[in-house]
Amino acid sequence: MAVIKSNYAVEEGIYQMEVAWTGDVRPGQFFMLRAWDRDPLLSRPISVHDYDAESGTLSFLYQVKGKGTKLMSELGPMDAIQLDGPHGNGFPDVKSNLVVVGGGMGIAPLLYAVRDFKAKHKRKKVRVYLGYSFESYGVEPFNDVADDVIVNIGGIITEKVEVKRGETVFGCGPNVMMRALADAVPPKHPVYLSLEKRMACGMGVCLGCSVKTVDGNKQVCADGPVFERDELIWEGGL
Amino acid sequence: MSGALLTNFAGVPFKNPVIAASGTFGFGRQFEKIYDLSKIGGLCTKGLTLEPRPGNTGERLWETPAGLLNSIGLENPGVDAFIENEWPHLADIDTVTIPNVGGSDLDSYVQAVSKFNDLPVKLIELNISCPNVKCGGMAFGMDPDQAYAVTKAVVDESAHPVMAKLTPNAPDLTGVARACEEAGAAGLSLINTIQGMAVDVDRRRIVFDNVYAGLSGPAVKPIALRMVHQVVHAVSIPVMALGGISDWRDALEFIMIGAQCVQVGTMNFVDTTVLPDIVDGLETYCTKHGIQNLDDVRGIL
Ligand SMILES: Cc1cc2nc3c(=O)[nH]c(=O)nc-3n(C[C@H](O)[C@H](O)[C@H](O)COP(=O)(O)OP(=O)(O)OC[C@H]3O[C@@H](n4cnc5c(N)ncnc54)[C@H](O)[C@@H]3O)c2cc1C
Ligand SMILES: Cc1cc2nc3c(=O)[nH]c(=O)nc-3n(C[C@H](O)[C@H](O)[C@H](O)COP(=O)(O)O)c2cc1C
Ligand code: FES
Repeated sequence: MAVIKSNYAVEEGIYQMEVAWTGDVRPGQFFMLRAWDRDPLLSRPISVHDYDAESGTLSFLYQVKGKGTKLMSELGPMDAIQLDGPHGNGFPDVKSNLVVVGGGMGIAPLLYAVRDFKAKHKRKKVRVYLGYSFESYGVEPFNDVADDVIVNIGGIITEKVEVKRGETVFGCGPNVMMRALADAVPPKHPVYLSLEKRMACGMGVCLGCSVKTVDGNKQVCADGPVFERDELIWEGGL
Repeated sequence: MSGALLTNFAGVPFKNPVIAASGTFGFGRQFEKIYDLSKIGGLCTKGLTLEPRPGNTGERLWETPAGLLNSIGLENPGVDAFIENEWPHLADIDTVTIPNVGGSDLDSYVQAVSKFNDLPVKLIELNISCPNVKCGGMAFGMDPDQAYAVTKAVVDESAHPVMAKLTPNAPDLTGVARACEEAGAAGLSLINTIQGMAVDVDRRRIVFDNVYAGLSGPAVKPIALRMVHQVVHAVSIPVMALGGISDWRDALEFIMIGAQCVQVGTMNFVDTTVLPDIVDGLETYCTKHGIQNLDDVRGIL
């Protein structure tokens, strides 16, 4: 059980929650969250949006979709929440310049990815593309850490993305967008994509979140959620 | 530990009757990081087939009120890879590992089970009840004659006792149970998942590529209880009961109607320490009520 420090709407239906937590966590990893007893039955996978080791604050950015996230949105400071994790592999530590592409709620894990990268490689550049269908949210903190932030509303973000020499790409968004990004970036650039699948266990035992890769099936929860583009076999939309 | 939970199942001693259900525990490795597996009575492995299987395409999970629909389709590395990579590790753990074996035809069942003949396995769970594979699986558990045929063929070739895992989807469940007993099964386990389906109204389509999927979790418990009750009265071999068990009280319900052991599946996803918690809960119950052994309450109803 962890204690909530704050939980507020950043936009209609989009919430940010800060939780007291200390430990090792990589960008791109996620937690299985629950703040209820048995209804709904399963815990909800939510990515780490930001982490401040000094103050022991873990942030989540989440969209109210259904019952679970609705219940989460109703919590306040000092309420308890169960965090199981961190799970998954997270984004790799890369040494080139970085291009980060987020679609909708896919921006959630990318803030910590950018912050962590900049902390490790002060002289390297990060350019961030954020694509939204209707309204933008969560952009401000990216402006603080990235060298360049391009926001696009209502278009297809992957058409705007430019990748230059020596840049590596990180992406997170709906799986269709991940595929479009995989197709759009020239083969010479490494592309790391964070995928989404429905999850029951979040730790590699139920095999509910398998994806096809060149090395056979892998689990998004345990082997991912981040995969290198060339690993993935995009069959049947993943 | 008082010894109140010591349980004999078809001649196999279990330190307690609380066992992880197939497909919800992997091969134990992930749970080993959470608690000491020697705390639980045993574990059933993910369903194993002669050849590796990639499992089903499309959506594999869908949550329902108090339940879970799954369409995994027996994704597994195959018996050989299991024996090479997982068995040596599991054999070192002080708990009973029960390989859960599936097949697509009689011969593939027999061959898969025979691969365990030279290993010190104590019990095999024969999966004739998976609703999520196109050929084999549940087809064998739907009809007493088929169930008899596959169980007999496997029992004749197996060096170890065989427990047949039954499907709640069989029109004549007790008929299938009796057929397995006659064929030489040492015990039975039930229930596997109940066939269900789901519709995604946003995408306007049936959720699962296979159309039907298997329902499990607390939602199915009353049905499982009724079926276990029917089966324990129909056969004289022991029964491992499962279906919706989420705490020690649920476990006791099944034991009081005659189950020798219980398995817990879906709840492992919800509460990763549910199995050792049930062991503790049963132990405390026995102490509190002065019960020397669970046999004192087993089958009293
Ligand atoms: C690795 C990972 C990280 C995620 N990170 C975030 C995040 O940082 N912020 C955020 O807002 N959302 C994130 N999601 C999606 C989030 O898990 C779902 O939106 C949420 O579970 C919906 O739950 P609900 O009860 O509100 O909705 P319901 O529709 O009631 O959920 C029903 C079931 O569907 C599952 N589900 C629904 N949508 C999704 C989805 N898109 N992906 C996976 N399972 C889903 C739920 O977990 C639940 O089992 C992430 C998903 C994954 C797999
Ligand atoms: C994700 C998942 C995978 C399963 N895989 C198998 C399997 O490989 N073999 C098998 O015999 N049963 C399998 N089952 C069925 C369970 O072992 C169990 O019979 C069923 O879930 C009912 O128990 P529960 O309500 O406690 O989950 C699976 C169930 C789930 C939820
Ligand atoms: S969610 Fe269970 S294996 Fe990934």
